[in-house]
Formats: sequence, structure tokens, C-alpha cells
Amino acid sequence: MSFDWEWVGSHRDDLATLTVSHLQAALTAVLLGLLISLPLAVLAHRVRPLRGFLLGLSNVLFTIPSIAVFVLLLPVSGLTRTTTVIGLTIYTLVVLLRNTVEGLDSVPQKTKEAAKAMGTRPLRTLLTVELPLALPVIMAGVRIATVMSISLVSVATYIGDGGLGQLFTDGFQRNFPTPVIVGVVLTLLLALVADALLVGVQRLLTPWARTRTRKA
Amino acid sequence: MYELFKDLGAWLVSGDQWGGADGIAQRLAEHLQYSLLATLIAAAIALPVGLLIGHTGRGAFLAINLSSFGRALPTVGLVVLVFLASGLSMWPVYIALVALAVPSIVTNTYAGMTAVDPEVKDAARGQGMRAHQVLFQVELPLALPLIMTGLRLALIQVVATATIAAYVSFGGLGRYVFDGLAQRDLVQVLGGAVLVALVAVVLDLALSGLQRLLFRHRPSTLKSA
Repeated sequence: MSFDWEWVGSHRDDLATLTVSHLQAALTAVLLGLLISLPLAVLAHRVRPLRGFLLGLSNVLFTIPSIAVFVLLLPVSGLTRTTTVIGLTIYTLVVLLRNTVEGLDSVPQKTKEAAKAMGTRPLRTLLTVELPLALPVIMAGVRIATVMSISLVSVATYIGDGGLGQLFTDGFQRNFPTPVIVGVVLTLLLALVADALLVGVQRLLTPWARTRTRKA
Repeated sequence: MYELFKDLGAWLVSGDQWGGADGIAQRLAEHLQYSLLATLIAAAIALPVGLLIGHTGRGAFLAINLSSFGRALPTVGLVVLVFLASGLSMWPVYIALVALAVPSIVTNTYAGMTAVDPEVKDAARGQGMRAHQVLFQVELPLALPLIMTGLRLALIQVVATATIAAYVSFGGLGRYVFDGLAQRDLVQVLGGAVLVALVAVVLDLALSGLQRLLFRHRPSTLKSA
């Protein structure tokens, strides 16, 4: 199996376009996933009977093969970017919902009681006490969801989208490994860079965690 | 929408669909074979690694980054790449599925091992247990619930992804998804997807039942560890 450097050189612009489109699909899905899972997680955390139902439902969604999800969305949204993003969002929900609920669960009861005793209202407690304390676990979920989405975008190549995944079908159909190798490497790079950036974001968002580890 | 579900129901229960060399029964057996074998191979690789890292506490950084790397690996790309390199064989399917399953098993095994109370380990050592005894008689049993969680997660992912075998001309339930896609036959795609999801859910329930059976006699204090 030989690697054709010339092909890479002559397709630089295409590769850049595909990379941007790939990243755009993955990040949109994670953002949408966060927007949907945050309120659902708060609900699952507060209303016990809903918890099992919501987590169970998201687990079942996870078992549907990703290719099938994309194809099943075709009658709804057709061969478009929307289909890709909806499909990916469904997958991010599983991780995001579970981690956000677990993060909220991990906030000590005493801390919540202290906030209540100080006269903090429930919504304010949620926003200024519970969510910040749950942030490490939530961010762990965001990191997994982001890496997973970046790797899953390529599946949408079967419905004519898929960013860098188009390089896989292209290489497969022409029996030409170079685009496939380039696609795999670029996907991995995207995921690693995105993950590293999210670690940085988490450090910025939780300054208290840093001081605590320094003391220890 | 109603018509679609009616057709789907008819497709799923039709006798013609289930029998024969390319019937659902045959595809189901193939799908189970790919999934179970891949998960077993992955467990054989990932369990010792996770146990060793958890026991010695060394190499954790490497293992966690390697798992994150594994999650980032695009399965479609890996399958096509191995296919182009190895030609028409089962290698692409198994390599991709094993690569998919290893990270979940390693990280959960490691997490289970680190969750074991250090005082319990100290007590075991204080009683004169040797390193391998501490590992197999104390740490492993206590870490087992999380290890099982990792195995279940890996199995679900593998079952859902084994669909891809059909893309490189093999069988399994993915045949219905890819053939349906090529023939613009939505009922067939839907049927394949429903069957895959059912297999994943049933296997997951079976494993969780097995888990409950194994831990039936445990005092509740140990369960929470």
C-alpha cells in the first residue's frame, strides 16, 4: 500500500473544505446536544420517575446503528446537512444526558442545603451552585461527545454528506488508499485538537479545581 | 407513517423473510458471530491491560489517552483502509470492531480498579496476601461491577457497528440496511435497524441479568464499592 503525496498536494483546497465542513457538523451537534440535554438532565435529576425513563430512552437510541439513523431521517430532512446534524445530536444526547445527571447527582446535599439556608432561590442555586460544581463531570461528557461526533460524522458519507468521510467512500470506490489514510489522520487530528481545547476550557471554567490540586 | 409501520410489521414476521441462505435467521447468526467474537477478542486484550494499569497505577495516562484516541478513530475509515490493505477477508470487520470495543473496556476496568478502597487493599496485604492474591481475590471482585459495565457498553457499540460488515460485502443484519439503502427500500432499512437495536437491547439485558446473578450473594456494602 503506497501513499501518494502528490494527490495530497493537488487536493489541498478540497481537504481544507472537507475539514471545515466536518468540524462544523460535529460542533453543531454537540452544541445542540448540550442545549437539549441540560434542561432534560435537570428534569431527570429533580423528578425521579422521569430519570429512569429518560436515561433508558437515550440508551435505546444509542443501540440503533448510526447508518440507520441517518437513512431513517431521509424522509424527514432529505439528503442535507440537517440530517447529519440531527443524527449526530441524537448520539451526543446519550453521553451528555447521562454525564449531566451524574454531575448534578454528585453535588453534596449539604452544599445545596447551605445555599437554601442562605435564602438562595432554587433557580439561582441551580445556576450558581449546582451547575458549576457539576461542571467537571459535564465537561467529561462534552469531551467524549465531541470526540465521538467528530469520529461519527464520516458515517454520513452514505447519505452524501460526511465531511472527511467522503474521502473513505472515494478511496473505497477507486481502490485508492491515499484519501482514506488522509481522512483517518485528519479526523484523528481534529479530535485530538478539539479534546485538548476542551481541557483548556474546563480549566478556565473551574479555577477552584486548580487551586485545590495545587494545595493537595 | 402508519403504512410504513404496517409494512415493517409484515416484513418482520413474514416467514419467507426469516428462512433461507439470506434470511433473517442466517443474518442474525452472522451478526451475533461478528459481535460476540469481536467483543471476546477485545476483552482478551483490554481486561489484562486495564487490570494491570489499575493494579500497578502505572501507565494510566497512556491508557486514557489511548482510549480517547480509539474513540476518535473513524470506524468507516478503518474498515475501508484495512479492506484495501488486506483484500476480501474478515480482517477489516474484526479489526475495526475490536478497536471500537477496547477503549470502553480498558477505561471502565481501570476506573473499577481505582475505585477499590486503598484501605481494603492494605488490609489484604497486612493479612499476608501476595500481589496476585490481592489482585484476584480482592481488587478484581470489587471492581467487577464497573468492569461489567464496560463490557456491556462495548457490546452495545459493537452490535450497532457490526452493521458495517455489509459495506465491505459481508453479511450480518447490516445487509438489510445497505441493500435497502441501495434499493431505496425504506422498509428493509428500517427492519434491519430495528433488528440490530433489538439484538443490542436483548444482549445488554442478558448481561445485566448475568451480572445480577453473579452478585446475588453479596452484602450490599460491597456492592457500592
